[in-house]
Amino acid sequence: MITELEMGRAESELELGLGLSLGGGTAAKIVKPGGGGAWGERGRLLTAKDFPSVGSKRAADSASHAGASPPRSSQVVGWPPIGSHRMNSLVNNQATKKEDDGKKQAKDDETKDVTKKVSGKVQVGFIKVNMDGVAIGRKVDLNAHSSYENLAQTLEDMFFRTSPGTIGLTGQFTKPLRLLDGSSEFVLTYEDKEGDWMLVGDVPWRMFITSVKRLRVMKTSEANGLAARHQDPKERQRNKPV
Amino acid sequence: MDLRLPSKVLEHILSFVDSNEDRNSVSLVCKSWFETERRTRKRVIVRNCYAVTPEAVARRFPEMRSLTLKGKPHFADYNLVPDGWGGYAWPWIEAMAVKCPSLEELRLKRMVVTDECLEKIAASFKDFKVLVLTSCEGFSTDGLAAIAVACSNLRELELRECIVEDLGGDWLSYFPETLTSLVSLDFSCLDSEVKLSDLERLVSRSPNLKSLKLNRAVSLDALGSLLRLAPQLVELGTGSFSDKLDQEAVSKLSQAFSEMKELKSLSGLWDVLPEYIPLLYSVCPGLTSLNLSYATVQMPNLVELLTRCSNLQKLWVMDLIEDKGLEVVASSCKELRELRVFPSGAEGLNDTNVAMTEQGLVSVSEGCPNLESVLYFCVQFTNAAMITIARNRPNLKCFRLCVMEPFAPDHKTQKPLDEGFKAIVERCKDLQRLSVSGLLTDKAFEYIGTHGKKLRMLSIAFAGDSDLMLHHLLSGCESLNKLEIRDCPFGDTALLENAAKLETMRSLWMSSCCVSFGACKLLSQKMPKLNVEVIDEHPLETRPDSSPVERIYIYRTLAGPRLDMPEFVWTIQKNPEIGVSHLAIK
Repeated sequence: MITELEMGRAESELELGLGLSLGGGTAAKIVKPGGGGAWGERGRLLTAKDFPSVGSKRAADSASHAGASPPRSSQVVGWPPIGSHRMNSLVNNQATKKEDDGKKQAKDDETKDVTKKVSGKVQVGFIKVNMDGVAIGRKVDLNAHSSYENLAQTLEDMFFRTSPGTIGLTGQFTKPLRLLDGSSEFVLTYEDKEGDWMLVGDVPWRMFITSVKRLRVMKTSEANGLAARHQDPKERQRNKPV
Repeated sequence: MDLRLPSKVLEHILSFVDSNEDRNSVSLVCKSWFETERRTRKRVIVRNCYAVTPEAVARRFPEMRSLTLKGKPHFADYNLVPDGWGGYAWPWIEAMAVKCPSLEELRLKRMVVTDECLEKIAASFKDFKVLVLTSCEGFSTDGLAAIAVACSNLRELELRECIVEDLGGDWLSYFPETLTSLVSLDFSCLDSEVKLSDLERLVSRSPNLKSLKLNRAVSLDALGSLLRLAPQLVELGTGSFSDKLDQEAVSKLSQAFSEMKELKSLSGLWDVLPEYIPLLYSVCPGLTSLNLSYATVQMPNLVELLTRCSNLQKLWVMDLIEDKGLEVVASSCKELRELRVFPSGAEGLNDTNVAMTEQGLVSVSEGCPNLESVLYFCVQFTNAAMITIARNRPNLKCFRLCVMEPFAPDHKTQKPLDEGFKAIVERCKDLQRLSVSGLLTDKAFEYIGTHGKKLRMLSIAFAGDSDLMLHHLLSGCESLNKLEIRDCPFGDTALLENAAKLETMRSLWMSSCCVSFGACKLLSQKMPKLNVEVIDEHPLETRPDSSPVERIYIYRTLAGPRLDMPEFVWTIQKNPEIGVSHLAIK
């Protein structure tokens, strides 16, 4: 029965003639947080436990799950509901605030510089990420990340379940990814300003974010020959994503 | 006896009927009124570009001069609609170029507009006057150049929060010297610097220019010279307000502002330095609209500004205004009708030290008798505050409360915010738009269904317990037109039981809920006049009927299934391989 979703509701006032039951317990169960996020990307529902508030009991509960850092509400797609233009402006302000007051002007320029260089039909500050085999692309805010590990974690969260043992929509267990060390079946690549595709991780982070135009999570098998050096045009053509 | 009004007389009468709502009623009276009305309608608004075909619109309204179109659902603003979903302007522009070459005005919202579209507009509509693009994407500054160079009677070019591929500021230089008709120019969402001398020449040869919204790259110095060339402006969006100016430049700028006797609306003000706020004092008393939502100016500096804005009707600010600032608003801005308070922290969480609580909104509700529209982002709220606000302001038409922490209860009582929203819908009998947030049970939605009879648009996130929530809304809210829901744990039963309701609404969006695949199929089978789109990146052929879908977008349409769906949008028409529903229905 549809309302018997293990949500703890005792009564149901509606006549349920549908004979449906959501299988696998994936949708309904309040699952422990652990690199989780919105349903649409992970196959489980966010609940109050996923949003620790500063100093609240909930924060303590969530933090007690070993090794898991609960998702902040900022990591949920589209929440809080602020339009992208405003979001980018806020991000720029945040980046500015973090710097020394004395160096404020120079940093202003640098921040603007970063966002200006990320050109193309994408949002300033956000760049597109596509993954082989996944029809829907995502966007990630580079300005909100401070390192490759940070970025890789966000991407793994976006495209994969990272807590072992959770059942995906297809009913298969998924393993955590290691996007940066070459040990998984996927690697992280990026297209730079010149249109070349490179492996992520070879240049200093700050240099990377000024030159990256978009990201692609590519099958390792396809990435052979792809390097932090220039590709020949034929390879570039073949590797052109959808 | 022929009681029909001669059509010439009816035409004359209709020339005084402006509102499309009234015209829609007129067209239902009888066939001849339908005919006369459709032949005389000049301004056509299509609020869902997939609800009807461009050809049908052109056929019905041959005298159309102004077309307004909306594409993607509202939640696209928050990245919930994947790229490539749709909302393409091209088929409309292509059709109108042939069937409606006298088109003068195009207003598009949340649509994909390419450079080809802009070039086609420039080439096809000889008397093109107005282009307003809101939250659109897909074009570059090259497309703007095409419009600039070709539209010799251009009056309005406005880009509001568009995502534009910025290839530089040259586009502005393409306005020919012969173009003198400009009334409104808004390029505030672009990044690149335009050539100041070209902008100055454009402004000085545009005597009718009333609205100018600059982008951030226009410096404070440049602003001064522009204002001197256009003291007649009614609406001004400044560029960056933070360059260091010498004393002479500052006093010249101050002088320029004081010459602007017509100014009613002020926006922009990026990075405004506190020492420049006094420059604005001279225009404050005349302002009816002030947008400080990009101005990172802290509270004490705002007081002097706000106390001078006694005629303000619309105020957009960041939460840097704090409760204290809103108290100043409550006592100084007695004409206030619309208030929007946006979060200033980049991630919207309470890691800023801003002292902004529910008290600020309560003060404004007490002090501003004409307040009817509210958008309020905050970290916490209470039922008591909402009850007070509802009691103070039963004239509210739009109440959008965003408590940024999902599932946050009343922070004083720890109870759900059900009672607060109950007060709002019970007292504010004309409420048309509502966004709810915080911890809410099904009870809140029972209240909304019971009392929200005029409610047209409702937005819900992280709320409710069961299908009852949706059932209350769909069966109770008689005027419901747009419903958008995310991350609520239910869907099927209420959806199927209230399927007929969906034909009376413009659209329903549900994402990250528990609507099953089988229910979507069944709904499609039952309701042929709806487009039921399942937006899901995982293949559906092998999924069991019980599996939940990621997103569902349902809208009524006369146009049938659309032909431009990407691979991640599934309908039973486009994807017959997904089969029929195996749900057992009582």
